[in-house]
Amino acid sequence: MTSIKEKVMSRVFLLSALSTVLALALICLFLFINGIPAMAKIGAFSFMLGKEWSPSDTPPLFGILPMIAGSLYVTAGAIIIGVPIGILTAVFLSKSCPKKLYKFIKPGMDLLAGIPSVVLGFFGMAVIVPVFGESILSASIVLGIMILPTVTGISESAIRAVPQNYYEGAVALGAGHYRAVFKVILPAANSGVLAAVILGVGRAIGETMAVIMIAGNQARMPVSLFKGVRTLTANIALEMGYAAELHREALIATALVLFVFILVINLGFAALKKRIK
Amino acid sequence: MKCFEIEKLNLHYGDFHALKNICMNIEKENITSFIGPSGCGKSSLLKTLNRMNDIAEGCRISGDVKLFGEDVYGDMDVNMLRKRVGMVFQKPNPFPMSVYDNIAFGPRTHGIKSKYELDKIVEKALQDAAIWNELKDRLKKSALGLSGGQQQRLCIARAMAVSPEILLMDEPTSALDPISTGKIEELLLHLKEAYSIIIVTHNMQQAARISDKTAFFLFGQVIEYSETESMFTMPRDKRTEDYITGRFG
Repeated sequence: MTSIKEKVMSRVFLLSALSTVLALALICLFLFINGIPAMAKIGAFSFMLGKEWSPSDTPPLFGILPMIAGSLYVTAGAIIIGVPIGILTAVFLSKSCPKKLYKFIKPGMDLLAGIPSVVLGFFGMAVIVPVFGESILSASIVLGIMILPTVTGISESAIRAVPQNYYEGAVALGAGHYRAVFKVILPAANSGVLAAVILGVGRAIGETMAVIMIAGNQARMPVSLFKGVRTLTANIALEMGYAAELHREALIATALVLFVFILVINLGFAALKKRIK
Repeated sequence: MKCFEIEKLNLHYGDFHALKNICMNIEKENITSFIGPSGCGKSSLLKTLNRMNDIAEGCRISGDVKLFGEDVYGDMDVNMLRKRVGMVFQKPNPFPMSVYDNIAFGPRTHGIKSKYELDKIVEKALQDAAIWNELKDRLKKSALGLSGGQQQRLCIARAMAVSPEILLMDEPTSALDPISTGKIEELLLHLKEAYSIIIVTHNMQQAARISDKTAFFLFGQVIEYSETESMFTMPRDKRTEDYITGRFG
């Protein structure tokens, strides 16, 4: 009796563990089966590097280079804004924050992490768009805010994991608090901080709703920080509702490109981590 | 000549009275050892000398500590104090960077940028710590790859690279094997020509072997403080005798 229970339970655990892999495999399969033929029909080259996206033209044009560029610009902007603030916040929280203030900031960060992106998009529309317009800059700012909790949280735990005796060693040599933190503690935490940045990148590049609400969504090559742009995610979300046939397949191929991006980021991260170690 | 004059020093960690009315003078160019059972306050006293206790939470200090006549807890810049009074910790704590960068960290902190000068300082510090021959081909390698004994001598070299006047050592050999311990003791005997060394140790033989003067601590008080030889041959206090003959501790 017991042994049957044991056997059944061990299978249940195995199945739970496999469900992740299974889900991933199904997503892969779906994207490749639907995406590859579309890319073949359009031509991989004119799909990836085409600068025109006009599905309703005759013949329709399916070039996603503007969206690739859009995603890269907006993500880079989010990194430039979010990462320095996030890391500095993490240093402050882990090394010099008074306990009373910590009790205030930390739950604030957690709350910010839980705010739905549509709400952040709304905030962007109401507060940032009136200043900078529907533009790359506005989207970067909102995404920068959005990745703050991720970057801060993971960097903070990485910094806390650095042994206190490094800090003592540096201070005992006559280094001031901030010199010890920036020259010894932070470099010792670099692989964790890097992980934080990568997760931030993943979050920014995959964000859809907030970006649609503030980026303008014009399917054209980015012209200026203050002009609108469309990201890969926005392209899919905006048109999937009414797309059919090749248009629909082209959108799935867009998702495939996005998926490959995420894959490359993760692989790059793994390689970097190895090199640091 | 005295390097430290300590007068009526009291130290509390929260409610715990860790050091009680300590009065002692510490000689220059000498090795002074602090012995006593765990929790007797010897490490706490060591850490008040370079103000490492400032980092400890809830630590309050009263009384006077003077370094060559200057008040340590007065106007003195704490970073300058720690440059003058170096410290080596119980557990070797090389930074996770190259051997060279470990040694150069201190001098760089104090404003030395020239590569030529840094090279000279790094070589001299490693030579002084008698580890140059072992490490001269590994300067660019991570310090974390060294053995425990090498790491500790690297930490001693790192402390000496900022040319301190005094070296504080908090049980520097307790994490090491006997051979590495022997090397470090030899090094200390050599270093006392130029530095004043204060060493906390659990190992009474070590205190007897290397130190000129010894202080015996118990429950936050200095029970006996005298020439090492006389303390180990003719202790004045019954408690000292009990401790050094191994009756407790």
